Amino acid sequence: MTELSQIRNFSIVAHIDHGKSTLADRLIQLTGAVSARDMSEQMLDNMDIERERGITIKAQTVRLDYKAKDGRDYVLNLIDTPGHVDFSYEVSRSMKAVEGSLLVVDASQGVEAQTLANVYQAIDAGHEIVPVLNKIDLPAAEPDRVKEQIEDVIGIDASQAIGISAKTGLNIDQVLEAIVERLPPPKGDREAPLKALLVDSWYDAYLGVVVLFRVMDGVIRKGMKIKLISTNANYHVERLGVFRPKMEMMEELGPGEIGFFTAAIKLVRDTRVGDTITEERRPAAAPLSGFKPSLPVVFCGMFPVDAADFEHMRDAIEKLSLNDSSFSHEMETSAALGFGFRCGFLGLLHLEIIRERLEREYDLDLITTAPSVVYKLHMRDGEIIEMHNPADMPDVMKIEFIEEPWIKATIMVPDEYLGSVLKLCQDRRGVQVNLTYAGSRAMATYRLPLSEVVIDFYDKLKSATKGYASFDYGMDGYEEGDLVKMQILVNAEPVDALSVIVHRSQAERRGRGMCEKLKELIPPHMFQVPVQAAIGGRIIARETIRALRKDVLAKCYGGDITRKRKLLDKQKEGKKRMRQFGKVDIPQEAFINALKIDD
Amino acid sequence: MPIPDRASPALSPPSSEVPEDWRSGGFGLYVHWPFCKAKCPYCDFNSHVSAQVDQSRWRRAFRRALEVEAAQTQGRRLDSIFFGGGTPSLMEPETVALALDSARELWPSAPDLEVTLEANPTSVEAGRFRAYAEAGVNRLSMGVQALNDPDLKALGRQHSAAEAQAAFEVARKIFPRVSFDLIYARQRQSLEDWRKELKLALSMAVDHFSLYQLTIEAGTAFGRLHGLGKLKGLPSADLGADFYDATQEICEAAGLPAYEISNHARPGAECRHNLVYWRYGDYLGVGPGAHGRITSEGRRFATETHRAPELWLAAAERDGIGRLHEEEIAPEDQATEHLIMGLRLAEGLDMARHARLAGRPFDPERVERLESEGFLRREGGRLIATAAGRRTLDAIILELAR
Ligand SMILES: Nc1nc2c(ncn2[C@@H]2O[C@H](COP(=O)(O)OP(=O)(O)O)[C@@H](O)[C@H]2O)c(=O)[nH]1
Ligand SMILES: C[S@@+](CC[C@H](N)C(=O)[O-])C[C@H]1O[C@@H](n2cnc3c(N)ncnc32)[C@H](O)[C@@H]1O
Ligand code: SF4
Ligand SMILES: [Mg+2]
Repeated sequence: MTELSQIRNFSIVAHIDHGKSTLADRLIQLTGAVSARDMSEQMLDNMDIERERGITIKAQTVRLDYKAKDGRDYVLNLIDTPGHVDFSYEVSRSMKAVEGSLLVVDASQGVEAQTLANVYQAIDAGHEIVPVLNKIDLPAAEPDRVKEQIEDVIGIDASQAIGISAKTGLNIDQVLEAIVERLPPPKGDREAPLKALLVDSWYDAYLGVVVLFRVMDGVIRKGMKIKLISTNANYHVERLGVFRPKMEMMEELGPGEIGFFTAAIKLVRDTRVGDTITEERRPAAAPLSGFKPSLPVVFCGMFPVDAADFEHMRDAIEKLSLNDSSFSHEMETSAALGFGFRCGFLGLLHLEIIRERLEREYDLDLITTAPSVVYKLHMRDGEIIEMHNPADMPDVMKIEFIEEPWIKATIMVPDEYLGSVLKLCQDRRGVQVNLTYAGSRAMATYRLPLSEVVIDFYDKLKSATKGYASFDYGMDGYEEGDLVKMQILVNAEPVDALSVIVHRSQAERRGRGMCEKLKELIPPHMFQVPVQAAIGGRIIARETIRALRKDVLAKCYGGDITRKRKLLDKQKEGKKRMRQFGKVDIPQEAFINALKIDD
Repeated sequence: MPIPDRASPALSPPSSEVPEDWRSGGFGLYVHWPFCKAKCPYCDFNSHVSAQVDQSRWRRAFRRALEVEAAQTQGRRLDSIFFGGGTPSLMEPETVALALDSARELWPSAPDLEVTLEANPTSVEAGRFRAYAEAGVNRLSMGVQALNDPDLKALGRQHSAAEAQAAFEVARKIFPRVSFDLIYARQRQSLEDWRKELKLALSMAVDHFSLYQLTIEAGTAFGRLHGLGKLKGLPSADLGADFYDATQEICEAAGLPAYEISNHARPGAECRHNLVYWRYGDYLGVGPGAHGRITSEGRRFATETHRAPELWLAAAERDGIGRLHEEEIAPEDQATEHLIMGLRLAEGLDMARHARLAGRPFDPERVERLESEGFLRREGGRLIATAAGRRTLDAIILELAR
């Protein structure tokens, strides 16, 4: 057990690619937690997907031993939090587990939207913040300008900001000293009943469910019988320890310390981020505040390309959801796509991660339908229905009104692109809340319907600003909207998996866009194929995929047969990746790409 | 792939009264000559430009290869021999004569044995035509490709239109049967240009010619330029279809309907050798990169030889065969090959034969649908692609094979 005065707990706040992982690696290296031989790049990003995308999905911690210039030994606990908006609740819980943050800003780029969103969470959590200007080795670095920007935009003192290069290792020692000198030690009462914050949890094939926690009060011991307050379930602590970053077992952990335990917990679902861990025999009087179960906000259908894979897919989805309580699923049948699942996610990134894991780790080939948000249908009989799937829309005559979720988005963008950003937000039914400038960068705050953002807003934003804009958002309540269900008919048959809910003012534009897009996505057939968009039986847009006119090899002699047969086998495989719809084959990508329309 | 023992005669299948499948298509011998004067930019045939070719060595290698092939295919009668290339009209007449004499000595031949040689229409080559005829060639197929000089130039050809026409006149006097090839849908060719050129060609044509829509093949100079977006003036897909339609219409009106997608003949003048391919018969492939289909004891094999001339030559000198590999074709794959080839013909394919190979008939529902849509028709047990069906044949085949 470590004295409170010798502990410093911190997180690192940064926009993607500003150097959070590189800095964490340097801190680990410099404190000798990992020998140079074992050092692999980005120690803390564990999953393949995390490494590939350079994002963190699960919170990770590392405990560092550091002998400071004052000659005393300190324990530094770093929590690496997921940086993406989809996981903002998880981030807020991680923030609650530490007392301070390093604010890392790329000195050649300046403050970005994600920096802001995360630093506000740190401020909300009452953190002491140490600004760090990274990448000062780059010729384009402008530390002074960025300092000013931090003060202007975020409003914190940046005069003591430390200029570093996480890449070369320059001034990392100063960062360690600042952590000790400028961050407050944790508080806590060793004698009080155990009260620990459940920061995160995951499933490990060897250990079962691993719980990451921070002790607030009291002491947690190996063998102790504990209780999770929200589920009221009891467990025996089997293994207790800390990450360095490898697991190291401990007998007990006291106030201010961060560690993990295993306790024969079967399902990650049973451990909720933000929950309070206490001792069964001597429970804490009140749980920690701020706990809320996380709810999926974006839904889509997932179907196996090969119907025979359904059972395998069910298995895979169940296994994944054991490890991810924020991912929901229920069976769905679609006339177009057969048996599959309607799945719910915290956001688009979360959706993509799950889909990628299903395809990669479970070797599934999936058709994903366009993402949709949760609509609240207020029925004439007073009932409120939460609709996750446009195909489930009841008779409009029975609906009094429909509400849709809104978000509040922060977009930071260089001046010269502001015009196109404002236009994009306007086109997506955005309402401007605020517009300010910091140097040559503008910061626009908008309220937007979530449905306008889930499909391709981010892609559009990137292309409209050559990648210079940054974007972050938070949920911002429900509001009534003039919403209608738009159906797509291919060769005169409605394709349920392509129906969408749209705002009436957008219906025509979206209908036209989807028909045009489908015309590109569906290959020509031997007959012409009409593609139509309809609202309640009224056709609002139409395109025709022209019939294939000529498709035949000019030369096919004795030496060409083998090649032609192999080509045919490939084409047959390709056909399997399409869905047959009446007489029309629709490629699997069409179901999600149909909505990515060009403005 | 182990090379199975094919030493025993394949004439009488072990235990069945049904004749082996290939007999419906006949038996041909293909001899590949892999050299050309220059490489044409559109061509992906196995052709090489070589300063010196020691033809006496090639003669010995052909002789050995034919002996070995013959030992394994006894009891068969040759319906056709075809010298293809490359440019077989660069072969010394002795080389052609030796190969032909060997073949006739090693296998019995049909009384009406067809012997075709592909020729490039330059004056040099025209000088050898009589000697080829004396060696036994009775059909000449000439690569005319275009009837105007600028287009011939763009196609990288070594001859002028006048030279081609002159060579053609020489050939007509010497060979009982002469055919020629044209390529259409060329760069900057208008539909009107092609109609005129085709009518001129018809006025020359005797009873057979091949009309190919220009295909941009990967691995050729045109393929590379096309990939870079630098091959200008090619017709759009739509105009390409118009070219094809116009070709059918004009040739039909002139009494030379297509008996295969790109081949036109007066009835009875079809190329028998190529019919062996399209009727899915057996054929031996001798020479570099030559493919074969050979049935032995009820099993059908696909054979392929070394593509590089020196490799084939060395291998043929060593073991007489120069074979790269030999692979058994599963019955369902044979059915697919029969389908791919058979539907190209105006006569279509025999459905009972296809069902025997596939182990099951075509899906009747699918056939009926394609029939009602006007792409196929059935007639006396044969499945035939209509004009509309032939124009989109690759899609129809995919539909039938899926
Ligand atoms: N030149 C330079 N590059 C750096 C520095 N720190 C990080 N990088 C590079 O910036 C990129 C993003 O770094 P990373 O640590 O993955 O950022 P994260 O997304 O915030 O975790 C990587 O290519 C790093 O090598 C630095 O101090 N100087
Ligand atoms: C083996 S080549 C002919 C051989 C001969 N050396 C010649 O060029 O005349 C057979 C025929 O295929 C046709 N051909 C070759 N490549 C082609 C292509 N890329 N597109 C269309 N037809 C092609 C030409 O008409 C050619 O005459
Ligand atoms: S088209 Fe004929 S001459 Fe030209 S390279 Fe090909 S085979 Fe040789
Ligand atoms: Mg990172």
